[in-house]
Amino acid sequence: MRRMRGLRLAAGALALGLGLTACGGSDSGTGSGGSTQASTPASELKIGLAYDIGGRGDQSFNDSAARGLDKAKSEFGVDIKELEAAAGETDAQKEDRLRQLAEGGYTTVIAVGYAYATALAKVAPDYAEVKFALIDSTDAKGANIENLVFAEQEGSFLVGVAAALKSTTGKLGFVGGVNTPLIQKFEVGFTAGAKAAKPDATVEVKYLTQPPDFTGFNDPAKGETAANGMFDAGVDVVYAAAGGSGNGVFKAAKAKGKLGIGVDSDQYNLPALAEVKDVIMTSMIKKVDTAVYDFIVSVKDGKFTAGEKVYDLKAGGVDYSTSGGKVDDIKAQIDDYKAKISSGEIKVSSTK
Amino acid sequence: MGRFSPRSLLLGLAAPLGALAFAVLVCAVILGVTGHSPLDTVDAMVSAAQRPRTFVNSLNSATTYYLAAVAVAIGFKMKLFNIGVDGQYRLAAMLSAALAGATFMEGLPSFLRVALTVVAAMLVGAGWAGVAALLKVTRGVSEVISTIMLNAIATYLVSYLLNPARLAEDRPGSNNVGTRPIDGGGQVAGLEIPGSSSQLFGLVFLAALVGFGYWFVLARTRFGFELKATGLSESAAVASGVSVKKMVLVSMLLSGAVAGLVGMPQLLGSSYSYSLDFPPGIGFIGIAVALLGRNHPVGMALAALLWGFLDNSSNSLDVAGVPREIVGIMQGVIVLSVVVAYELVRRYRVRAEQRDVGTALGRTKTAEEASA
Repeated sequence: MRRMRGLRLAAGALALGLGLTACGGSDSGTGSGGSTQASTPASELKIGLAYDIGGRGDQSFNDSAARGLDKAKSEFGVDIKELEAAAGETDAQKEDRLRQLAEGGYTTVIAVGYAYATALAKVAPDYAEVKFALIDSTDAKGANIENLVFAEQEGSFLVGVAAALKSTTGKLGFVGGVNTPLIQKFEVGFTAGAKAAKPDATVEVKYLTQPPDFTGFNDPAKGETAANGMFDAGVDVVYAAAGGSGNGVFKAAKAKGKLGIGVDSDQYNLPALAEVKDVIMTSMIKKVDTAVYDFIVSVKDGKFTAGEKVYDLKAGGVDYSTSGGKVDDIKAQIDDYKAKISSGEIKVSSTK
Repeated sequence: MGRFSPRSLLLGLAAPLGALAFAVLVCAVILGVTGHSPLDTVDAMVSAAQRPRTFVNSLNSATTYYLAAVAVAIGFKMKLFNIGVDGQYRLAAMLSAALAGATFMEGLPSFLRVALTVVAAMLVGAGWAGVAALLKVTRGVSEVISTIMLNAIATYLVSYLLNPARLAEDRPGSNNVGTRPIDGGGQVAGLEIPGSSSQLFGLVFLAALVGFGYWFVLARTRFGFELKATGLSESAAVASGVSVKKMVLVSMLLSGAVAGLVGMPQLLGSSYSYSLDFPPGIGFIGIAVALLGRNHPVGMALAALLWGFLDNSSNSLDVAGVPREIVGIMQGVIVLSVVVAYELVRRYRVRAEQRDVGTALGRTKTAEEASA
C-alpha cells in the first residue's frame, strides 16, 4: 500500500511536469508575437517608467521622478505607463517589467534606481529601438542607455556647511534611511561640509535599517526615535537623508525646538510636511525630476546621447533650498562654498 | 487502508482548493469594490501564464520557494518552528558567494567549485540554525524567539561583511555593493526554454532531489519515523526510547542545511554575486508555502508553483492597470483561509472517523451476540 502511494505521487509529479512543459512549449508563439508588435513605430512618444520600491507617492525619490514625468506629460501630452517594484523581488522580475514595457511599444523607458542595473544590462541589447534611462547607476552601459547620476555628496556638503553655521552646540546629526553606498554619499558630503565650515564640529551618524531591510526609507517612527536620541545628546541640527522617515525627524525637532534638514525635494514646500515645515531650515535637493524631464525632451527632439550624464552642483543637478528664509543670513557663506565646488577648487569625496 | 479511500483523498484536496476558491472570491469582491473588473484581472493573469518568460520565471521562483518550504517543513514535522530560514539562507548565500567568487577558486574544476559552494552554504545554514538548536536543548530557549533574533543578527552580520573593506568588492558608480562576481566556471548553466529570454535554473533538479530526499527520509527511514513520532507526541517518543534532544538538534541542523540551499539557484543561476538586490524574505514565503502544501513533498511543490506564478504575474497586472497589490492580498487570504479550512476539514474527518468506528463496533457486537 505504502509503495503504491509513492508511485502515485511520482506519477502525479510527472503528469504535472508534462503539463507544465506542454504549457511552455505551445505558448512560445505568443511571446514572439509580443515582440513583433513592439517594433511597430508609435506615432507619438510612449514613455514607460519603472519605479523602485515605494513607487509614486513615496514623498521622496520616486515622487521626484514622477514629477519630471508629469511635467513632460502636461507639456507635450505623452502617453505614459508606470510600473512599480515589489519588495523582495528578483532581478528576473525587474527584467520582466522592463521587457513588458519595451514589448508594449514604450520606446522611451526610464528605470528609477540602481537596483535596475543588472536587469537593464540584459534587456537593453534586445531592444535597440528603445531608449533607456537608468537613474543612479553606471553599472549598465550601452548604445541605447543614458546613465543619469547625481553628485549627492556636493549638495550634502552645502547643507553640512549650513548646519555647522546654524548650530550653537557644534554637534550635528545625520539620520540615514538605509545603510547603502548611496546614502553613505550623503553622510560623507554632510560631514565634510560641516568640518569645512567649523573644524571642531562633530556629526553623530545613525542609519535606521540595514539592507536588505529597506523599511528605513519609510518609517517615520524610527526616524523620530533616532532624532530624539540625538537631540537629547546635545545635537541641535539633524540632516534627514531617509526618504519618508524624515517626517519623524522633523516631528522630533519641532517637539524639542531644534532644526532639521530635508532631502531630495524642497521639503519645506511639500504639502505632506506642512505641519513641521517651520523646523526645516533647508533641504538638499536632488533634481531627479529635472533629469527625467531632460531625458524625455532629448528623446523627443531626437537628441538622445548614450552614456553617463552627471548632475552635479555645477550642472545644477543638486542644490540647497532657501524656502522659509532660515538660511538667508548665511547664504553668502554657503554660496561661497558652492562657487568653490563648482569651479573645482574644493573636491568633495563620495566615499569615506 | 482507509487512508487512501476516495473520501480521504477528497478531504485532503478540499482544504487547499476550498481556500483557493475562497481567496479568489475575496479578491473578486475587493477588485469589484475598488472599481476594477475581476474579469480583466483573470484575463491579465491568463495572458501572463501564456508567456513563456513568465512561465520560466515562475518555475525559477518556485524552485527557491520550494527549498525554503522544505526547510520549514522539516521543523514543522517535529513541531519546531524554524522562523529563521530567512536569516539562515541570506547568511549562507552571502558567505558562499564570497567563497565562490574568490580568486583562488578559479583554478578548480567547475563541478568541484559548485559542489564546494553548495556544501559551504549548507554548512553555514546548519551552523546558524544550530545556534538556535543548542540554545533550545541546553537552555530550553524557544526556537521561535531565538530564530527571529538570529534573523536580525544575520541582517547586521551580512551588512557588516558586505563592505569593500571586508568581503565585498568596490563598484564605483553603481551605488550597489556586492561580493566579487562568480565567473563562468563557478556558475550552474541554465536550461534554454524556447520563446523565453530567461533560462530555467539548472538547480531546479537540486530542489527536486531535496524534495525526494525529504519524502524518503520521512517515509522510509527510522529517523523519519522518530522525527514524526516526536512531533506527534513527545512523551510517547521518549517512552519508546527516542532522545528528544538529539532529535531537536538533528532536525534543526537539517532544516538549516536545506535553508542554506535556498539562495543557491538564484546565486549560481542568475545573480552570480550577493549584492544589495539579492532577493530577501524567501524564508517567510517558505513558511506560507509549507502551510499551504501541508508539509507534503508534492503539496509544497504545487504551492510553490502557485506562489511563484502569482508573484511573477504581478507585472502583467500592473500593465493591465490592475493594482499589483491584489497579488499580496490573494496570497495573504490563501494562507489565512487555508489554516481555517484545514481545521474545519480536520474536525469533519474526526467526526467521520468516529462515526465509522461507531458503526464498526456496533457490527462486531452483533456478530459476537450471534455467535454467543
